[in-house]
Amino acid sequence: MIHLQQVSKLYRTDRVETTALDNINLEIGKGEFVSVMGPSGCGKSTLLNLMGLLDEPSSGRVALDGKAIDRYGDRALSRVRNERIGFIFQQFHLVPDLSVADNVEIPLLYRRMSNRERRKAALAALDRVGLGSRTHHFPTQLSGGQQQRVAIARAIVGRPNILLADEPTGNLDSQMGDEIMGILEDLNQKEGTTIVMVTHDPRMADKTHRVVRLFDGRQVQ
Amino acid sequence: MIRNYLKVALKVLSRRKFFTFISLFGIGITLMVLLVATAMLDYVFAARTPEVHADRMLGVYQLTMQGKDDTETAPPGYAFLDRYVRPMAKLPSVERVALVSGAQTAVSYLNGRKIQSALRRADGEFWRVLAFDFVEGGPYTVADDEAGRFVAVISETTRERFFGGQPAVGRTIEADGQRFRVVGVVRDVPVLRFSSSADLWVPVTTAKTSAYKEEWLSGFYALILARSHADLPQVKAEFQSRLREAEKHLPDPKTFQHLYTGADTLFEGAARMFLPAGGAVADPGARLRAALLALMLGFMLLPTINLVNINLSRILDRASEIGVRRAFGASSRTLAGQLLIENLVLTLIGAAVGLILALGVLRAFNVSGLIPQTHFELNFRIFFYGLAIAVFFGLFSGVYPAWRMSKLHPVQALRGRSA
Repeated sequence: MIHLQQVSKLYRTDRVETTALDNINLEIGKGEFVSVMGPSGCGKSTLLNLMGLLDEPSSGRVALDGKAIDRYGDRALSRVRNERIGFIFQQFHLVPDLSVADNVEIPLLYRRMSNRERRKAALAALDRVGLGSRTHHFPTQLSGGQQQRVAIARAIVGRPNILLADEPTGNLDSQMGDEIMGILEDLNQKEGTTIVMVTHDPRMADKTHRVVRLFDGRQVQ
Repeated sequence: MIRNYLKVALKVLSRRKFFTFISLFGIGITLMVLLVATAMLDYVFAARTPEVHADRMLGVYQLTMQGKDDTETAPPGYAFLDRYVRPMAKLPSVERVALVSGAQTAVSYLNGRKIQSALRRADGEFWRVLAFDFVEGGPYTVADDEAGRFVAVISETTRERFFGGQPAVGRTIEADGQRFRVVGVVRDVPVLRFSSSADLWVPVTTAKTSAYKEEWLSGFYALILARSHADLPQVKAEFQSRLREAEKHLPDPKTFQHLYTGADTLFEGAARMFLPAGGAVADPGARLRAALLALMLGFMLLPTINLVNINLSRILDRASEIGVRRAFGASSRTLAGQLLIENLVLTLIGAAVGLILALGVLRAFNVSGLIPQTHFELNFRIFFYGLAIAVFFGLFSGVYPAWRMSKLHPVQALRGRSA
């Protein structure tokens, strides 16, 4: 489903050139739940950004369902992200000015839908993560675990078939982390959603189908 | 989507109240000044009593005589207008032509009290080209003017001054040592209506001497009423051809060889009077419009720069939101549109503040009597101009920040960086 072929990513400043990823070859199959592990700064988030079409490789090829995305323009990339990919971030990245339901609606704003359809889908997604009663709350009124559940609802509201989670349990205690992990496993098993999750926690990685390990930008497993 | 944008826009504004206040204050004051200026311009140039036919009226308000060593510019003289403009009334595209002098100060003494009035000398057609609002009696006629009858039409203020507000028709009024029988009283005309306002109007032929009949440059205007607005270009062209003909018969051909002016709308006429070398300018209206637009843009520059800066700092504030929106499918263009809409919301709220301030300022102007017989108001047309200015302002100050926002890299934005 996601295919990275000889992908490298360099960051250049005036004086320094840093290799974030070096010649990565990786295939993520449909319905897989893959975790990405490695020390801080090894390129895990960069890898996720490339899979999520948020960034472009310096060299190599990223393909989605066999289609290389290197020739896609901004609008086409935006459409693919909107329809196929959902993101979950360690910092949640909820918009503080919007209610829980409005936050969840964000991906649907970029689709042709009526307000009623949009709200219905958002409420269904919130029900799915057990927050159906908190739709009118604002992010600051919720606990960290609840905020991450809102972020998951936002990621799945558009029914994407790929979920990219960047340390989704990193800011949560173990109990809340387990709850979030339970939701992700459920999505993977019941809906067949392909999930790639960056994590530092071996306990969480053990629950996934496969672990990809990175070290200094290279794939070591 | 728009509803969500509006919701976010209002939340963002309420998040940083001080900056929002500064922005709204800047926009409000700017738009207030522009609205007040627009209201004043509208008051001077729009079709209203007595120039209700302003849309099909032209005037010859100025004449430039040019020679090798000398140039003179002044309102045209009666001789020039009588010979070359008045006959235009016979053209199929022209309904009437009236001649009227500029307002001069006339002194009267009443019970030992000195009264100064603005007096115009106008022919009988003047009352048919313009539509004064008579509260008593009626106008004098072409026959009255031709016969040199000492009759006068006065304003309500003049009636108040001379007759204590009592009926004035049939009574006598003295001005500059001449005595006139009042035949009509009209509602006051604001002094800003530069081709019609006065305190009393008397026939041209009652002038103390007949010297005006030979003058090419003195203090007269011609008002040409076309049959329709569509006839104006044709009337203007015909006037220019008559001007070329007049050039061949200049009274002092050794000193002056060329004549310049135009048959102008009220706006063009004012432009010709105010612009340097206005007499020789082919299209003074376009120049004045350009000058006013430049003035408006210049005036808007400072609040615009302020708003641009505030918008740019807001981008930094909202980097995470921008990153999220990009990640979930917003294209650069969509995001730029969002910021523009948010900026428009801010400027429209500013416009509402400006509108309220402008109403207050205009009311203060009207109450103060700073400009006599004037009652400024905000009508639907001015409101529309204000709205257009606000929208323009919103777009003008939003485009650059929106462009910067749209260029923000999603990964950088999610890390909370604006560049």
